[in-house]
Parts: sequence; C-alpha cells; structure tokens
Amino acid sequence: MEHITLLLAIVIVTALVFDFTNGFHDTANAMATTISTGALKPKTAVAMSAVLNLVGAFLSVEVAKTISGGIINENGLRTEVIFAALVGAILWNLLTWLVGLPSSSSHALFGGLIGAAVMSAGWSSINGGTVVTKVLLPAIAAPVVAGIAALLATKLTYRLNRKITDEAQLKSTAKGYRAGQIASAGLVSLAHGTNDAQKTMGIITLALVTGGVLSPGSNPPVWVIASAGIAIAMGTYLGGWRIIRTMGSGLTELRPPQGFAAQTSAATVILASSHLGFSLSTTQSCSGAVMGAGLGRKGGVVRWSTATRMFVAWGLTLPAAGLMGAGAEFLTKQGPWGVGAVAVLLVAGSGAIWLLSRRKPVDHTNVNAGTEPAGVVTTAISAVSPPPAGAVVPELKTTISAPAQTAGTPADPATV
Amino acid sequence: MNIDWAALASVFGVSLVVTVALVGLFTLGITGLAKRTPTAQGGGSTALARTGAYACFALCAAAVAYGIYLIVA
Repeated sequence: MEHITLLLAIVIVTALVFDFTNGFHDTANAMATTISTGALKPKTAVAMSAVLNLVGAFLSVEVAKTISGGIINENGLRTEVIFAALVGAILWNLLTWLVGLPSSSSHALFGGLIGAAVMSAGWSSINGGTVVTKVLLPAIAAPVVAGIAALLATKLTYRLNRKITDEAQLKSTAKGYRAGQIASAGLVSLAHGTNDAQKTMGIITLALVTGGVLSPGSNPPVWVIASAGIAIAMGTYLGGWRIIRTMGSGLTELRPPQGFAAQTSAATVILASSHLGFSLSTTQSCSGAVMGAGLGRKGGVVRWSTATRMFVAWGLTLPAAGLMGAGAEFLTKQGPWGVGAVAVLLVAGSGAIWLLSRRKPVDHTNVNAGTEPAGVVTTAISAVSPPPAGAVVPELKTTISAPAQTAGTPADPATV
Repeated sequence: MNIDWAALASVFGVSLVVTVALVGLFTLGITGLAKRTPTAQGGGSTALARTGAYACFALCAAAVAYGIYLIVA
C-alpha cells in the first residue's frame, strides 16, 4: 500500500462514498414495500438488508472487469476522470435522495463517467450505441417488464384468495404474504450486494491498476472487497428513508398480497435479467413492480404525479450526472488545485444537501406516515372518476372479476 | 448498435412466467393453510389441503434456493 499517492487515496475514498450513497439510495428497492406493508419493522428491515448486502459483497468471485461495461473507452482512463465521474454520481444520488425519488445509481455512475470522459477526451471516447442498448433501452424495458409481471401476479393472487373473507383467515394469509415478501426482499438485497459492491471494487481496482499499484488483470485485494462491502452495508443500514417512503407508500398504497407480488416480481426480473444477458436496473424494476402491483388490485390507484416526477428523474439522471461529472473533470484538468477544489465542492455540496434534508427529516419513525393528505385526495378522486389508464384497466378488471364470481359462488361449498 | 431483442424477449418471458407461477403457488399454499381455521367447512380434506400447501411452499423454497445459487454462481 506504500505506493498509494494522495490522488489515488482520494479516489478510493470517493469510490467508497459513492458505494455508501448507493447503499442508502437502494435500500428502498428491497425494503420499501416490506416496510410499508408492515412485514418488518423499519429498523429491522434495514438491518436485514445491510447484513445481506455485506454477505452479497463477499459472495461472488467474479469482479466487474469494467466500470462502464463498454459505454466509454476505458483504455488510458486517467484517475482524475474516475474521480470526476464519482463526484457527479454522488451529487446526483444525494439530490434525488433529497427530493425522495428512486433513481438508478448505476445510471448516475454511467452519466458521471460519460460527462467526465467527454470533457477529458472528447465525444469519440463514448460508444453511442452502447449507451442506447445498456442504458436507454433497459430504462424503458425494466419498469414495463417488472410492472406487467407484478400486475398479472397481483391479479392472480387476488383471484386465488377471493374466497378468504373472514377476519381470522385474512389475518393468517396476510402473515403468509408478509413472510413470502421477506424472502423476496432478501433475495433483492443479496443480489444488490453482489452487483453493486462489485462495481465499487471494480472502480477501486481499476484506479489501483491505473496508478500502478496493482498489475493489470489482478484480482482486488481483500481490503478492497471488505471496505466496499462494509461501505454499502453501512449505507443500507442508514436507510434512505425519503426514497423508502416514496416507493413504499408514495406511488401507491400496498397491501400484503400486493407487496408480495411486487417484491417477487422485482426479485425475479433482477435475477432473470442479469443471468440472461440483458441487464435491467434494480431501481427501475422495483419501481415498475410497485406500480404494477398497485394497478393489479381492484380499486388500487397509482399516484401518477409522483410517478411522473420519478420518470423525469430517470430521464435527467444521465445528463445531470454527466454535466456534474463534466464540470468536475473541467476543474481536475486544471491541475492539483483543481482536484482539491472538486473535493472541497463535493464535501460542501453534500453538506448543503444534508442540511436541507434536516429541515424536513424523514426517518424510521415517520417513514410510513408522510403522504396521508395526498393519499386521501387521490383516493377520493379515484372513487368518483375512473383511474387515468381508463381504457385498459377497467376492461381487464371486468374480464377477470366476472368469471371469478360465476365460478366462485357455486364452487364455494364444495372446495376445501 | 446491436440490440439483443432475443435476450430482452427471454427476460420478459421468463420473468413473467416465473413471477406469476411463484406468486400463484405461494398463494395456493397460504390459502390452503388458512382454510384450516375452525370457521371453514369441509373438515375431511384439511389434511389434503395441508399437504398441498406444504408442497407449494417447498416448490417456492426451491425457487428461492435456485435464486441464491444464481447470485453466488
């Protein structure tokens, strides 16, 4: 470790900070629905997710060989560029957390990298086609795939349990749904630890290789694996309560069957996508699954205003993180004082965002309570007018519920 | 630019089928168990319902185990 320069040390620390923001930004993916349906208490949920993230970081032997997966040309990538990219990604993660919107941490990192690389080496360092296939297309596909799967699963589960009506049975099935949801959420956490902690390990390893500390192609040292795992677990345990609130109760109101369907759909999509070679963003899959589950229950509503703000944040992630990364790279290009200035700006910016967040703190005590007024209004509106997706949804409902009644009533006494 | 539509389609198909199948199985399991409560009629078939429920849960557990295997491998 004696060859580590000051710049390299700064990059390693910044990478771990990014890992930390990634952790608390993405707690919501695994635990938002688990908390809002009451399957786990808020503190228990984040603790469980943190442990699984840590375990996940140590599980996989295959470490990300590239940071960007071919989006930018990484040959001869200077350490300063990685630093600038991380600064852009961290600031965007913090900003979206401040406004409580789930957005993809990987896309923020890609955006930062693109901005910093363009500022450093020009547009030729970007593979435009890869941006489309690895970022833009998955961003559209992820919520659609997860949403449709969650929608159909929710409809199915409500159809199958339609005969359960008395209080004791409802309670017992709700308990079952919550248990199932915890298992799905655990899988999402584990997968997150493996994928995202690996990304940080990849960044630190690449920086060490660029700085000449490690020989190219070598595996990350144990301290890199351990520190990346611990950083993501600490971030997860801190809990991005603002984002958890949006995802758990801001987008739609989830009951235990819906929470189970949403989380199972998210876990399936994440695992299927990463193993069938078409990587989809965890955050976008989870958000899509939550909305799909919201639409799947009769009388369920999705708060489209919140959803729209979230879509806007997704669209802005790449350019905004890119601009910040480019700005940071512009400064670091000026020499050592520029790197220092960016570091100071990063600390000042993060501090300012944190101070702003204190004006209206959201933590484990009020994570499920914040959106009451909006909820009442939206529910009232939905009671008088058809839901926004008018043409499709009522049709689906009638086709599913009509046979449910005709088939259900005569069959009732005969079944077990 | 080379979009891998086949991979996207298989992700879509597999996700859809697996999610719906798992949620369906699990729901069958918990409704099967819920019907054991005293208020439900048809006492004779509770053992069958119970066995069926545990079979459903076992399949779900196998799916979770496979998921963990996919993460580790």
